Amino acid sequence: MTDTAATAPARPSRRLPPMSVLGPVLALIILIAVGAMLNPNFLSYANISNVLSRSAFIGIIAVGMTFVITAGGLDLSVGSMAAFIAGLMILVMNAALPSLGVGLPVILLGIATALVAGLVAGLINGLLITRAGIEAFIVTLGAMGIYRSLVTWLADGGTLSLAFELRTFYRPVYYGGIMGVSWPIIVFIAVVILGEIFMSRGVFGRHVAATGASLEVAHYSNVNTNRVRLITYVVLGLLVGVATIMYVPRLGSASSTTGLLWELEAIAAVIIGGTVLKGGFGRVWGTVIGVLILSLIENILNLTDLVSPYLNGAVQGVIIILAVILQREGKTGK
Amino acid sequence: MTYAGKILLTASALALSTGAALAQDTTVIGVSIPAATHGWAGGMNFHAQQTVARLEETYPQLDFVLATASNAAEQVNDIEDMVATRNIAALVVLPFESEPLTGPVQALSQAGTWITVVDRGLSVEGIEDLYVAGDNPGFGRVAGEYFTEAMPDGGQIVVLRGIPTTIDNERLAGFEGAIEGSGIEILAAEHGNWNRDDSFTVMQDFLSRYPNIDAVWASDDDMAVGAMAAIDAAGREDIQFVLGGAGMKEMIQRTMEGDAMVPANVTYPPAMIATAIEMTAVGMVSNAPVSGQFTIGSVLITQENAERFYYPDSPF
Repeated sequence: MTDTAATAPARPSRRLPPMSVLGPVLALIILIAVGAMLNPNFLSYANISNVLSRSAFIGIIAVGMTFVITAGGLDLSVGSMAAFIAGLMILVMNAALPSLGVGLPVILLGIATALVAGLVAGLINGLLITRAGIEAFIVTLGAMGIYRSLVTWLADGGTLSLAFELRTFYRPVYYGGIMGVSWPIIVFIAVVILGEIFMSRGVFGRHVAATGASLEVAHYSNVNTNRVRLITYVVLGLLVGVATIMYVPRLGSASSTTGLLWELEAIAAVIIGGTVLKGGFGRVWGTVIGVLILSLIENILNLTDLVSPYLNGAVQGVIIILAVILQREGKTGK
Repeated sequence: MTYAGKILLTASALALSTGAALAQDTTVIGVSIPAATHGWAGGMNFHAQQTVARLEETYPQLDFVLATASNAAEQVNDIEDMVATRNIAALVVLPFESEPLTGPVQALSQAGTWITVVDRGLSVEGIEDLYVAGDNPGFGRVAGEYFTEAMPDGGQIVVLRGIPTTIDNERLAGFEGAIEGSGIEILAAEHGNWNRDDSFTVMQDFLSRYPNIDAVWASDDDMAVGAMAAIDAAGREDIQFVLGGAGMKEMIQRTMEGDAMVPANVTYPPAMIATAIEMTAVGMVSNAPVSGQFTIGSVLITQENAERFYYPDSPF
């Protein structure tokens, strides 16, 4: 670490990663150190498992968001979409319960519902943006309102709850796992690995970045930009479905407050991780760091009495901005 | 007078001159409430709709306009529309926020409309003809008294608070006053925002932070659901009970069935909107005086009286 500090500013060395790479990692390390100092339970297995499991929803969605943003798009509808899909899943599973009985078929039906609904929702967003040529901001802002209202309407203003027997059966999908690693964490890791491969190793990732960097140049370079953008929205919709599959077994309910502000958390995580908001460059592993930073701040604030709870939002805001400054420093220096 | 107020006055004057002939047969009562954005508001919407449907049948000479708003500005627009297009004789309003609604409602009151304010008071006193209010300090006090009774030897508890508002502060103050000197110590209080997911997260972190917690004041049934899920998942045996509030039907049912984890509840009935609409209607059709203040007390629900507070048809 001292080596880095000594040599980096003097002469950009090939051996050392630039600040844009180190920045988010450093911020995460500092946060972990602070947390460990303030509370001995911070690094306990239970706490780490809690934080990672609850990060998984936003994390899975944020991986999809990384592709959308890298391709120059934006999706504000993911939070309400998750709430709507959760509500739909619960209704479908409850309705199928009398005929199918408690067991794997009902759960599989619920999972299929979530994936299909996510796919369709992503497709609608993507088609309106690429075929109808409407601004992504407007399309997804509209969708955000529509899905939020739909879930409120489905729940009659209250809460949709999964039938009790089903909840008990489905519960292990959030709380269970393999060798002490819970399912949401496993799925999150799998999504990240796949995302990383597609983003940095495959042709698709290059097309996404080219589309985001310049639509025209990408178009003339024989990239089917409309298809690329459409796929990013569909993938994001599908991942919202995956996140919902993990979310529903936790509390077994959905209401109009489900998934509130998830879209902003996901977008913030993507940007903290080093993806450029106006597109052209994206980093899936950076997004993971962004997600972890966001959930650790909340966790540390709950574990200590450092600041008045009224100021929690302010602390989060300051750290988000600091984390981004940390990586921009390096860029202007070069 | 505020700009909005001026517009409202003009609008109501216009409405009066054009709508006077129409308004002779039926009296129109406007009901303006926040949209169903959380469980309690959902219940309140349900009771408002039910009451309006019932009263329209009971009193053929009354007509109701019901509008739900998802923020304060929208609510002001709703009220302006009611005045301009329906010429309302009375307004029942549950203000989204006190400050922004005070001006417009005051203007309406000065123009001679009957004003019933529900739950959240306006910033200026004396605007409303009737004030139907829940008892927030009482809500906290009743909960606190339950804790002192259930834990005579004291103990360590954690508190989940709602969205940072005056309502939440008054409840906490009432609670703290009631447990003072009882040996019950509040280890920590964080905002769960009357939301299941937020309270789940906060409770998980409380469980990591404190090896021993005797009980939880979740102060709301949605938050109690989240907190209990976190306790179940952690497999902790030290927590004796979780006290919610507001009387969600699923929780009342558990109390009724004698669930040790949910031994009691404290009411803050969303049906208070029904009381307000009903009283306003009575004032419009009869000579019975209904002006003044009507406070709906918070009462303790235990297994003995739980059945009386169980509404299986309500969404809340």
